[in-house]
Amino acid sequence: MLLTSLLKPLAGDRGGQVMLAVLAVAALLVPILNMLPAGHALHMPTYMVTLLGKYLTYALLAVAVDLVWGYLGILSLGHGAFFALGGYAMGMYLMRQIGDRGVYGNPELPDFMVFLNWQELPWFWYGFDMFWFALMMVMLMPGVLAFIFGWLTFRSRVTGVYLSIITQALTYALMLAFFRNEMGFGGNNGLTDFKDILGFSLQADSTRIALFIASAFALAGGYLACRHIVTSRLGRVTVAIRDAESRTRFVGYRVEDYKVWIFTFSAMLAGIAGALYVPQVGIINPGEFSPLNSIEIVIWVAIGGRATLYGAILGALLVNYAKTVFTGLMPDSWLFLLGALFVVVTLYLPQGLAGLMRQLKQIRRFGRAEA
Amino acid sequence: MRRLPLLLLQASLSGLLLSGMPVQAQEKNSPQNTTPTAEIPLATPTPAEPQATQESRPPATQTPAATPEPAPGNQPEAGAETDPLTQAATLLQDKSFRNKTEAVDRLITSGNEHARDWLDALLKGRLYFHKENGTIAFVSGSVIRDARSGDRLAEANQQDFRKITINNSLRKQLRTGIARLSLSSPDTAVRARAVDAMLGSIDPETAATLQTLAETEPDPDIRANMQLGVAMAALNTGTVPEQLAAIEAVADSLHPGVRNHLNALSQQDDPQLAAAASQALQHIEERIRLYGYAETLFFGLSLGSVLVLAAIGLAITFGVMGVINMAHGELIMLGAYTTWMIQQLMPNFIDYSLFLAIPAAFLVSGAVGILIERTVIRHLYGRPLETLLATFGISLILQQAVRTLISPQNVPVSNPSWMSGTLEINSVLALTLNRMYIILFCLLVFAALFMVLSRTRLGLQVRAVSQNRAMARAMGVRSARVDALTFGLGAGIAGVAGVALSQITNVGPNLGQSYIIDSFMVVVFGGVGNLWGTLVAGLSLGVINKVLEPWAGAVLAKILVLVFIILFIQKRPRGLFPQKGRAAGD
Repeated sequence: MLLTSLLKPLAGDRGGQVMLAVLAVAALLVPILNMLPAGHALHMPTYMVTLLGKYLTYALLAVAVDLVWGYLGILSLGHGAFFALGGYAMGMYLMRQIGDRGVYGNPELPDFMVFLNWQELPWFWYGFDMFWFALMMVMLMPGVLAFIFGWLTFRSRVTGVYLSIITQALTYALMLAFFRNEMGFGGNNGLTDFKDILGFSLQADSTRIALFIASAFALAGGYLACRHIVTSRLGRVTVAIRDAESRTRFVGYRVEDYKVWIFTFSAMLAGIAGALYVPQVGIINPGEFSPLNSIEIVIWVAIGGRATLYGAILGALLVNYAKTVFTGLMPDSWLFLLGALFVVVTLYLPQGLAGLMRQLKQIRRFGRAEA
Repeated sequence: MRRLPLLLLQASLSGLLLSGMPVQAQEKNSPQNTTPTAEIPLATPTPAEPQATQESRPPATQTPAATPEPAPGNQPEAGAETDPLTQAATLLQDKSFRNKTEAVDRLITSGNEHARDWLDALLKGRLYFHKENGTIAFVSGSVIRDARSGDRLAEANQQDFRKITINNSLRKQLRTGIARLSLSSPDTAVRARAVDAMLGSIDPETAATLQTLAETEPDPDIRANMQLGVAMAALNTGTVPEQLAAIEAVADSLHPGVRNHLNALSQQDDPQLAAAASQALQHIEERIRLYGYAETLFFGLSLGSVLVLAAIGLAITFGVMGVINMAHGELIMLGAYTTWMIQQLMPNFIDYSLFLAIPAAFLVSGAVGILIERTVIRHLYGRPLETLLATFGISLILQQAVRTLISPQNVPVSNPSWMSGTLEINSVLALTLNRMYIILFCLLVFAALFMVLSRTRLGLQVRAVSQNRAMARAMGVRSARVDALTFGLGAGIAGVAGVALSQITNVGPNLGQSYIIDSFMVVVFGGVGNLWGTLVAGLSLGVINKVLEPWAGAVLAKILVLVFIILFIQKRPRGLFPQKGRAAGD
């Protein structure tokens, strides 16, 4: 009963059904393949599991961006910042878990603070030794920032390109801020050298598989939640805002409230993605705030097809897989390819791959009807 | 033997002055005081200069340095006993520092043309003497030269020479001595430097010299500095009324030495003196603070000009055309690389390379801009968010193209010689020339662009299309062509900005990326579609940044400015100078 109500938003969403089915299969199959003996033909090495897990967190991030861009018309060039904030919250927990196993062996202070000659833990590091607190902050830090930013911006009706540019300024300012040693987040080097999470070693295969499965669940959950939003009445209002903001306002909806809450929710999803990303890659540094990263997320969504949600997942997986392959094979060519993707997709694929599939299907159906 | 009494007289005179001679007495004595310099032509063993030069030049500047190289045979003629160099040489070889002091004194007052070289070498520890025959020599490295003739002593062995050691008080004496000798140099620059050096540690003796020299000094700046030196000495050693007068005299000076003296005076017991000194000090510090503000303003304006230059092309493509050109930074980068390439092509004419680079960069970036417009942006008008993504893709491609075709590293772009140097307003305010040129250049580019948009046919068409495309087309404007040209113009200006940026920052593939966000901020802050807004916004953001920098640090200042703009946009979403009328509707 619960399951049916949970899966109800999937009704009529073929792409989403396929996507979630594939995800479920992957979540089952990947651990099994990984546990096969190393010499086996189907054995999946652990680094591959981690890589897939990383892609899944990117996919969740893309879903968060698609929710605000595809359904609300807000092109956020700052979602990388929410992702990174969630990552930092998780990173702080992982730093505290190192305890006295750091290079300097200080049980209280992380290595970089000892190095900077700090005497005690800054107040904003308190509580991060508790997992539940860190989990809360993973959502609260990006959420509160998004709420304040959205509350200011949407109420003064900053829209369109202006909004995109100031979200970019936001992530740029955060990047500069986190680069400063005085901020207390490890400066240039960020947070790294993590040892374990909840008492399980991050190096262990089982932890990595668990993180992969957690990412898969988070993605599925995030997808269902977003799908739930866009199929509800709330979703209809957001689409109305996207297509005719003034008219929606005149009809009587408080446009800025809808925008603020959806934006905040999306930022929290991005934060969760970041929190799952950090233990898998083992580092978080201010580079994650770079405006380039945020724009890259947008192109994943654009390639997959905006306002479809499953397209965002598809785009994130495809582009990142291509990135892994190309940076390995021909490091110089990747940026050419990425640049060309931006141009080609905006010029020729405004609906993305999801739209392309829809078009192909229509052509086939149309052709059949003719015959 | 003839000049020995004279030397003694001078020595006793300086001793008298040292013991705190009143200013009046100094002035009265000034005719006598001219002896060191006035006597120089007599003292020189070389023949006096021709009469004509003596008349054309004030006596103060007539120095032995101006006389031609001595004939090798003139030393025997001068006589071994009367030659100041010989006397000094004998005294210098003595271990006693008192004798060395005496020798240095004689050298300073001798007026001999070698004296300065000797003092210089002595100060630098390069003056040696032969252990047996007492020959004085300059030793630098393995090269030994005779100190009189300057000839290289090829067969001399360094083992036979001993260094003439000096102590701290001697060092001080040497420095002022050298400065005093330089004061009589015919070269204005040498004199100016010498006066500057003396102001650091002025004593009554040098002050007396300065006073006499000031009367004949032709250069007004140097003369003012000399008089300042005299007043500074009076601050130290004069009687109370003299000190008060001196405080009056130095009250407008910004020299750091003046502040030290006044500081000391303001602690004095005499209430009148202390009050006058602290008042003068306050006045001076007020002025210094004012000049500090001026300097901050100048730095801010120069940073602002860079921002304006980077943003002004964007103001056209974004402001007038409504196109979000994320590749704008890369067009700037192309301009900088064009500068580099021009300099590679004409390595011998670096000084002129910029004049060629400016039009070249305009053409290169403009052409690339038109290409971008014709192939990509043309299809995306009216969809600003899509343009943003597409042009961002183009920026990645351009960056990677530069990395692949030229180099992933920065390339060296040299500054023409006329751009380096500083314009010194006074001792607390010096403006670097390259920043001045950037400010000027920014204003020039702005003016040119403004003229193009407001006075030419193209500008008229650009404005027409941006305000009402359909109507403009109906009036016969070929809007597609205007679009291409406008975009080309914006891109070309970006290239010109690149030439300017190549002079003040590293030229590398990432050059553009670091400016794109700032440029957008400037345009948005100023108000889209308004060139004046861009100018005001850029300059004020630059100034704000520099005002914040001293207490916040460079990075935090930048963050604060970004946050300020984000908040400002909340308050006035259309920028400082919003576009009015129907065109502003969307």
